[in-house]
Amino acid sequence: MSEALVATQAAGTGPALPAASGARQFWRRLWTQRAALVAAAVVALLVLLALAAPLLTAIEGQDPTTYHPSLVDSARGGVPVGPFGGVSGDHWLGVEPQTGRDLFARLVYGARVSLGVALTATAVQVLIGVVVGVAAALGSQWVDQVLSRLTDIIVALPLMIMALALLAIVPSNFPRPLLVALVIGLVAWGNIAKITRAQTLTLKGLDYVSAARLSGWSTWRIARRELLPGLAAPVITYAALLVPINITVEAALSFLGVGVKPPTPSWGQMLTAADVWYQAAPQYLLLPAGALFVTVLALTVLGDGVRTALDPRAASRLRVGTGRRQEAKATAPVATEGAS
Amino acid sequence: MTRLAGFVLRRAAGALITLFAISVIVYVVFYVTPGNVAQITCGPRCSPAQVHQVAEQLHLHDPLYERYWHFLQGLVVGQDYSTGTSVEHCPAPCLGLSYQSDQQVTRLILTKLPVSLSLVFGAMVLWLVLGVGTGVLSAWRRGRLTERLLTGITLAGVATPVFVIGLVLMIVVCGELELLPFPQYVAFTDDPEQWAWNLLLPWFSLALIEAAAFARLTRAAMLETLAEDHIRTFRAYGVGERSVIGRHALRGAFAPVIALNANNFGGAVGGAVLTETLFGLPGIGQELVHAVNVVDLPVVVGMVLVIGFFVVIANAVADVLYAVADRRVVLT
Repeated sequence: MSEALVATQAAGTGPALPAASGARQFWRRLWTQRAALVAAAVVALLVLLALAAPLLTAIEGQDPTTYHPSLVDSARGGVPVGPFGGVSGDHWLGVEPQTGRDLFARLVYGARVSLGVALTATAVQVLIGVVVGVAAALGSQWVDQVLSRLTDIIVALPLMIMALALLAIVPSNFPRPLLVALVIGLVAWGNIAKITRAQTLTLKGLDYVSAARLSGWSTWRIARRELLPGLAAPVITYAALLVPINITVEAALSFLGVGVKPPTPSWGQMLTAADVWYQAAPQYLLLPAGALFVTVLALTVLGDGVRTALDPRAASRLRVGTGRRQEAKATAPVATEGAS
Repeated sequence: MTRLAGFVLRRAAGALITLFAISVIVYVVFYVTPGNVAQITCGPRCSPAQVHQVAEQLHLHDPLYERYWHFLQGLVVGQDYSTGTSVEHCPAPCLGLSYQSDQQVTRLILTKLPVSLSLVFGAMVLWLVLGVGTGVLSAWRRGRLTERLLTGITLAGVATPVFVIGLVLMIVVCGELELLPFPQYVAFTDDPEQWAWNLLLPWFSLALIEAAAFARLTRAAMLETLAEDHIRTFRAYGVGERSVIGRHALRGAFAPVIALNANNFGGAVGGAVLTETLFGLPGIGQELVHAVNVVDLPVVVGMVLVIGFFVVIANAVADVLYAVADRRVVLT
């Protein structure tokens, strides 16, 4: 019993506590951060925009793939007809140079591709990364060697390079956005695994984990009850950071012409030809670039807010503190389990 | 010290094993693709006789492990290719022949490598100086206007894709303001001044994005260290703020910065591909995009292996530095 008490007291001062003290506190801490709230609102708006893309384009009366040759001046190399790059009641944001496709429709459909690909890829990365990282840190030296080498290989093969190379040889009949998401997910879980392994090793060396080990807990139980709460913060923080990175990578691949293929619209793809048109139709460059910028910025700020909400040391900076009562509540169930 | 030497040796051996494993994985992934490998490798305009010759040279009729063995042999001791009438010698490290551009892959890469190395290492100096400097400054000026400004700028930097910032820089600096000519690569050995002048914009395009990540990390690591007990003790003893920030808190940022630099190296190489394509620099990135577009398999495989080689070396060096910088790391 006394051993268990020591263990719980150690656990109470360890970094695992605030994460273990519940999702409610996390939301309250997120709620107190203005920048993160604004970012969350922007992200929600973007998601809504992406989901409502068919509806919005129906209201506008356009679709992202129809060519409008009459709206571009072929004598001047395909410059959109009319002021501001062809902005009108029918085409809210103007039309694409050369093809005359509706820019608003391509932009909102592009949001679907960007967010869908990025979120799918992130889910794949987190799943593989956490499993490999924890297994490497807790397994025998041999397991660690094999998994760490594997992680090294994944990290050593740069995401962009591997995705580029792989996308050239994969079958072309597979749905392209899903393929891009899978390729990004499969080649870029290395950093999550590394972070998970490093964090698990650090936690493993802390007194409260040693105490848990000394009191005879199984590896699986220590991993689940002592390490995972401590892992949640860095993993969620990094995953939140991965989403904007994945958006950038998808855009970059499409920019190079190997990601999402036309006629499916993608922000990166729209930028491929944009530099030629920056004088005649500046919004052709500014809209996809701005959309990418705002999306990645909002997701990054939200990621930051999530980190602050998860970081126990940042708690004092926020108005919501860790009251003694909450602390006692959080440790109480651990104490009974530790004693049993 | 002997423990460290042992660690270095083990890490070097580990790097070798990783390189070997990478070569196996890359070889298998790219040469066991669905479809006629000899036809893909040779290119769409090859005659059946040429395709047959390529199949012979790649040992495509042999089992996979023998094919890989031949590939490895080429890498380590070189290889001879019979072209029907004569024999072409490909010295080690031989990465095979590019049938589409009618060149040895190793030679092709060697002509492109200086451009990419100039770009990446020049940008690395820039992003480390800019990134760590900004991070230290904003941790030091915590809560003041400087910090808010820097945080805003780095956030914008993190949120901007490298090809967008490159595009904007090119349009503004070269197109509108005409401060610099559109970059054209000049070899360092030809004219060092022109070399730097022409690479200035690509360096900044690549470095600004990376620097933002380092600034955020440095700031976070320093703030974390500043919140620790030993810093409070230093302050209680009356150690000056400059010393606390510059010596003791910065030390806490060393290890993460080293780790991030190794981790981000691959990402920077990916960024270099975009930068080279955007600015038309004749480096291995531009060549890779070209090789991917025409599905020139030997070149793609060679590029991936060479890039993998550099990243593995960078990671091994970082691990050793990490162990030296942070004594708490257990040497295994």
